[in-house]
Amino acid sequence: MNAMLNWLAQIASITKFGLMSIPQRRGAVFATVIGIAGVVAVLVGVLSIGAGFRRAMTNSGSADAAIVLRSGSDSEMVSGFGRAETRLIADAPGVARNKDGPLASAELFVIINLAKRSTGTDANVPLRGVEGAAVSVRENLQVAEGRMFAWGKNEVIVGRGASREFAGLEVGSTVKVGREAWPVVGVFTANGGVAESEIWTDAKVLQAAYKRGDSFQSVYARLNSAAAFTEFKDALTSNPQLNVKVLRQSEHYAAQSETLTRLISTLGFIIAFLMAIGAVFGALNTMYSAVAARTREIATLRALGFGSGAVVIALMIESLVLALLGGAVGAGLAYAAFNNYRAATMNWQSFSQVTFAFAVTPHLLVQGVVWATLIGLIGGLLPAIRAARQPIAAALREL
Amino acid sequence: MSDSQAKNNELVRVDNVEKIFHRGSEEIHVLSKLSLLVPTGEFLALMGPSGSGKSTLLNLIGGLDRPTNGTVTVAGDRIDQLSDRQLAAWRARHIGFVFQLYNLMPVLTAERNVELPLLLTTLTKAQRQKHVATALAMVGLSHRAKHYPRTMSGGEQQRVGIARGIVTDPTLLLCDEPTGDLDRKAGDEILNLLQALNREHGKTIIMVTHDPHASARAARTVHLTKGQLTREAVA
Amino acid sequence: MKFFHLIWGNLKRRKLRTALTLLSILVAFVLFGFLCAIKQALVGGVELAGVDRLVVRHKVSLIQLLPEAYKARMERIPGVAAVVHQTWFGGIYQDPKNFFMQNPVEPEPFMAMHPEFVLPPDQMKAWLATRTGAIVGRNTAERFHWKVGDKIPIMSPIWMRKTWEFDIVGIFDGAKKGTDTTSLFFRYDYFDEARKAQNWGTGQVGWYTIRVKDPAQAASVAQAVDLEFENSAAETKSEPEGAFVQGFANQIGNIGLIVGAILSAVFFTILLVTGSTMSQAVRERIGELGVLKAIGFTNGQVVGLVLAESCLMAALGGGLGLGLAWLATSHGDPTGGLLPLFHLPARDLLLGAGLCLGLGVLTGIFPAMQANRLRVAEALRRM
Repeated sequence: MNAMLNWLAQIASITKFGLMSIPQRRGAVFATVIGIAGVVAVLVGVLSIGAGFRRAMTNSGSADAAIVLRSGSDSEMVSGFGRAETRLIADAPGVARNKDGPLASAELFVIINLAKRSTGTDANVPLRGVEGAAVSVRENLQVAEGRMFAWGKNEVIVGRGASREFAGLEVGSTVKVGREAWPVVGVFTANGGVAESEIWTDAKVLQAAYKRGDSFQSVYARLNSAAAFTEFKDALTSNPQLNVKVLRQSEHYAAQSETLTRLISTLGFIIAFLMAIGAVFGALNTMYSAVAARTREIATLRALGFGSGAVVIALMIESLVLALLGGAVGAGLAYAAFNNYRAATMNWQSFSQVTFAFAVTPHLLVQGVVWATLIGLIGGLLPAIRAARQPIAAALREL
Repeated sequence: MSDSQAKNNELVRVDNVEKIFHRGSEEIHVLSKLSLLVPTGEFLALMGPSGSGKSTLLNLIGGLDRPTNGTVTVAGDRIDQLSDRQLAAWRARHIGFVFQLYNLMPVLTAERNVELPLLLTTLTKAQRQKHVATALAMVGLSHRAKHYPRTMSGGEQQRVGIARGIVTDPTLLLCDEPTGDLDRKAGDEILNLLQALNREHGKTIIMVTHDPHASARAARTVHLTKGQLTREAVA
Repeated sequence: MKFFHLIWGNLKRRKLRTALTLLSILVAFVLFGFLCAIKQALVGGVELAGVDRLVVRHKVSLIQLLPEAYKARMERIPGVAAVVHQTWFGGIYQDPKNFFMQNPVEPEPFMAMHPEFVLPPDQMKAWLATRTGAIVGRNTAERFHWKVGDKIPIMSPIWMRKTWEFDIVGIFDGAKKGTDTTSLFFRYDYFDEARKAQNWGTGQVGWYTIRVKDPAQAASVAQAVDLEFENSAAETKSEPEGAFVQGFANQIGNIGLIVGAILSAVFFTILLVTGSTMSQAVRERIGELGVLKAIGFTNGQVVGLVLAESCLMAALGGGLGLGLAWLATSHGDPTGGLLPLFHLPARDLLLGAGLCLGLGVLTGIFPAMQANRLRVAEALRRM
């Protein structure tokens, strides 16, 4: 027990000497801390793009809501239904109901060109025609500004994200679709989900404008419960009058975001990995020079009877402290710079824009700090071992 | 060299020189109203205790520093009036330095160290090599040309330092405690070498030392105390 | 270069430190090369776009079709040299993840419009002789190990929701480095006949490409085309191919900004690490620099030595890094189809070389100033 305490005391005093000498080598220490901060900031920053995109997608669909597409379609773009089919789907078992009937909305999905505010170039903005139940089918959909469009009238409401990213989508302006000009009467929010990237109007209005007759592309339905999904799906897939693909909304959006999030996380990790290698070299340099500067001091301590194990641990602690400091600075920078940064990108599955906010999640912050710790450990280990291995007599003679 | 100097045979003229350093608000008079003449071909020893100003005087003569007041004329040039840039070129042409701690570049071999001052001239590579070989031969180290300083003894390193000092055939060789870090035997070899350079090759040498054994080899010794010449002895 | 031994010797003085610094510079430049290649993959199409070509699409959106009859009307517009059309087929080969573009085209005018696609003459002849024939780019052919003579089934969820079969009659290469060779092109007459039989969108095509007689007139020709179809059921939007590609890249996001931000962070970090190492290296040999000055080296020469050392370090690390990046990116798209234009262009290599020099100067400048200010007499005392 005493030996243990003694050992800890040794570590504590060597660490203290090391930390106290930092002001004398502040240049190198500063470079290391900022170097590690840079790695962590870039890692967290890049991954926050993926996390934000995924969050927008997962906020869009809950497990007790379903989307129905024509069999063989992987997006609404290539799906299609007639009125008879959408009715069959709405009346299927498992669909929740209220006083107005089943909570199912047959919808149309098209794309229109609008200029991106940031670049002024055209972007594919989704325009959705919906039925009365659409609002209750989505979670947390609220008109935040203006009012809901009037059913049967040539009016639209726009998602908050779309309104921010694309020109001419404020309440009071008009959206031109071919020769039609539709006034924007409201702006809605949907918990940060995909719907916020869209423009909505009455499905009947859109059918008429696009000469689509009485056809739709998808049906969104709210179910009695998450468990009712199986019953709903089985009923539809076993119905010989229908040829459909039934997905939970959560699954549907997860599939839609998969390509992009995979791309971003792969690139993010490669970039961070390369940077981390660079930072490890930086940390090694700093710790080696810290050890070199203190050669004689460390040798003196060892001559006095301090153990080489204590020297190693103390130097590792110093390296870790610097790395964690860098990690904390980097994570803080990333949070300040990237959290809730608004952006829009192409969702390839629906060939249209999705607006989202970068999300610096606690998980990412932890991940950044873990990387910093690893850099600190690797950067400290070799110099610490060198310090502990120096022959005491020779080291004492050094300047 | 101007006519008057050729007549007087006077290489170094230090006239009423003062050197004041500042430490905080305090003024330290390192040299006070000091004058000194050194004729061409002399081997002069500057002696004095540490802090007497002998190294400062050497630095003034070598153009490493400027006096606060007074004039320093070396080889006809008022070097206290030259700019940094002119001084650097002037040193390259006229002065060879030998230091107490040899001050060799640890990353260069002996011959590359000796070659350093020649890099500032327009000599071709072949000419430089010839000069280096001659200088190394004069200090008796031809066989160590490819060796690094860390593999040599102190005496050998100092001989490389002297070779570097004379390789450009400078007007004046300035030595700051050249034997200060050497044992008696190695020190004697260095002093023999300096004496030979003075006698056989006519080199003018000014040597700072606090060792009477070393100053005994010089033709003339001047003593400094607290920034002033106190005593002069001719061997 | 007579000072080379001195510079080189100083770099070798602390081998470990030099190696570590070299490696961190190397890593920065590997990253630089890698990010430039990604950026090129996402926005490089703009440079490859033909300056004499316009893209004409439906004004409301790219996914809406235009009448095939527009072709003849466009050809009559002054300044128009040639017109071809393509249509989005949107087919799936085995799995939706195996994405690549397939479009029906009219072989001869299409290949004349796009000289960047190089097809051997005998394969062109075979294509003209085979109604179900298709040509595919080298990239996709290699990805799925297709060869001339293979029968390829492609399911189209847009066109009749059936599986179409194509005979691969040719494999085309890109005329320039970076040309996208991921697409498959098949014959429009085969496509149109099949959809006519089922009355499925007949007489409609996706978008047009126009070759203008004089690139300087591109903007006015684009205007004339849009004017021609104004107030019709299908209004058009025409723009130079470069602008169209740029707009498309902008839809993905502001790639330039993101890549720029990451690279700035990387270089700032490396700059700090390397700069601090250089400062330390100079501090350690203040005395030696004093000796050089005593011997007669001017301030400028001493500054030059320090700068040469930092520049040599940056050039070595940066050069190796760029070389490695070039090697690593020369195998093409690492994502298997998502980034067909992925490569490191010569322009970015040059930019990298410039950055090397900049890094060398920036990391050396502060230690060099330190060396410049050095008073010889003081420095000698610190030897």
